[in-house]
Amino acid sequence: MLDKTQIAKRIAREVKNGQYINLGIGIPTLVANYIPENLEVVLQSENGLLGIGPFPTEDKIDPDLINAGKQTITMVKGSALFNSADSFAMIRGGHVHLTILGAMEVSENGDISNWKIPGKMVKGMGGAMDLVASAENIIVAMQHCSKDGQSKLLKECSLPITGIKCVKKIVTDLAVLDVLPEGGFKLLERAPGVTVEEIVSKTEGRLLVEGEIPEMVFD
Amino acid sequence: MITKTVTNAAEAVKDVVSDSVLMFGGFGLCGIPENCIQALLQKDLTGLTCISNNAGVDDFGIGLMLKKRMVKKMISSYVGENAEFERQLLSGELEVDLIPQGTLAERIRAGGAGIPAFFTPAGVGTEVADGKEIREFDGKIYLMEKGLRADFAFVKAWKGDTAGNLIFKGTARNFNPMMATAGKITIAEVEELVPAGQLDPNHIHTPGIYVQRIFQGVDYEKRIEQRTVSKG
Repeated sequence: MLDKTQIAKRIAREVKNGQYINLGIGIPTLVANYIPENLEVVLQSENGLLGIGPFPTEDKIDPDLINAGKQTITMVKGSALFNSADSFAMIRGGHVHLTILGAMEVSENGDISNWKIPGKMVKGMGGAMDLVASAENIIVAMQHCSKDGQSKLLKECSLPITGIKCVKKIVTDLAVLDVLPEGGFKLLERAPGVTVEEIVSKTEGRLLVEGEIPEMVFD
Repeated sequence: MITKTVTNAAEAVKDVVSDSVLMFGGFGLCGIPENCIQALLQKDLTGLTCISNNAGVDDFGIGLMLKKRMVKKMISSYVGENAEFERQLLSGELEVDLIPQGTLAERIRAGGAGIPAFFTPAGVGTEVADGKEIREFDGKIYLMEKGLRADFAFVKAWKGDTAGNLIFKGTARNFNPMMATAGKITIAEVEELVPAGQLDPNHIHTPGIYVQRIFQGVDYEKRIEQRTVSKG
């Protein structure tokens, strides 16, 4: 099984040189720490920054400089600041190449639910609906099953939808899977020590398993 | 020159009445009009509709207006981090319209720019699409969203001049420039107010045409929600 750091490390391998990338809150934020140093990418924060840098040292904290998770941050060389309408023009207009975000559920046709649990607190969707409706490539970081063992990779999402037919790839604590254009999950890799049988038993949606499924290797 | 300068927040908000529609700039607590919120809290107002990306926290920002029961309806994209908000929402005292963040930004931009409605893919296939016009363009499905305007827009800038021109700093810009365009009366509070002519016109983010009143704010707290540091 992968821990959160390993999920982030695995997703970081999907990043390509020259990409503009939006990272969601949680595990996706950790991905920034593992992007190979030989790649040049620019991280977008939807509250109005291209070029997110590391967290500031105590003496460099600026309350006027935060990321979308409201954390204090810094800017890298070549950063640009802009307003929220421009920020979502970049997203909606397809200028951001890759969106990495968390999910509560994903369906076999690529629908995602990650913004609301009816009956519990409703916090709002923030920028998630805009991001999933427009990004050309969406990778989801999530747990394969809920705490009580129910699969979160489903035939159909049971929670309110954030976006339809948008997820391209999923990295869970158990596996890496593609969402096929015609529908269905395709198993690509399994986590160290996890069998194909376990992944099959914990995936409710249609799962395609072809040939030998390699085990992920971490340094 | 047209006089836009007022002495302080109390004078700036003097004609705000109950049941008004208000816009507040800011993302989280970053770039919120702290002085105007404080001045509104001193007034006896109820039934307000507040358009703001977030709803403050329990003891700061718009959270204080919620606590004082001044707000009838919030129009926002994300309202976590606020227990009083949650209580009023679940008890039915507060009406809430949750809008995707990019749609909210564009609705305000459109409202200020005289665009009555536009089509966006955000929310297609979700409950956000309920009751909205759906159209297909070049094989992709979009839904119609309408422009938003307000009786008063409260914005916070870093620097401003007596002509109403504004310059923002860092990510405190966020929703402020669009909201400035969408208020029937836009009130700008700035950290530093200078005479017209002292700001380089090349650097203006919001032209003064959108701003009706401007003043230099005091005692900015600029509270940080998530203080994250690296060891360096």
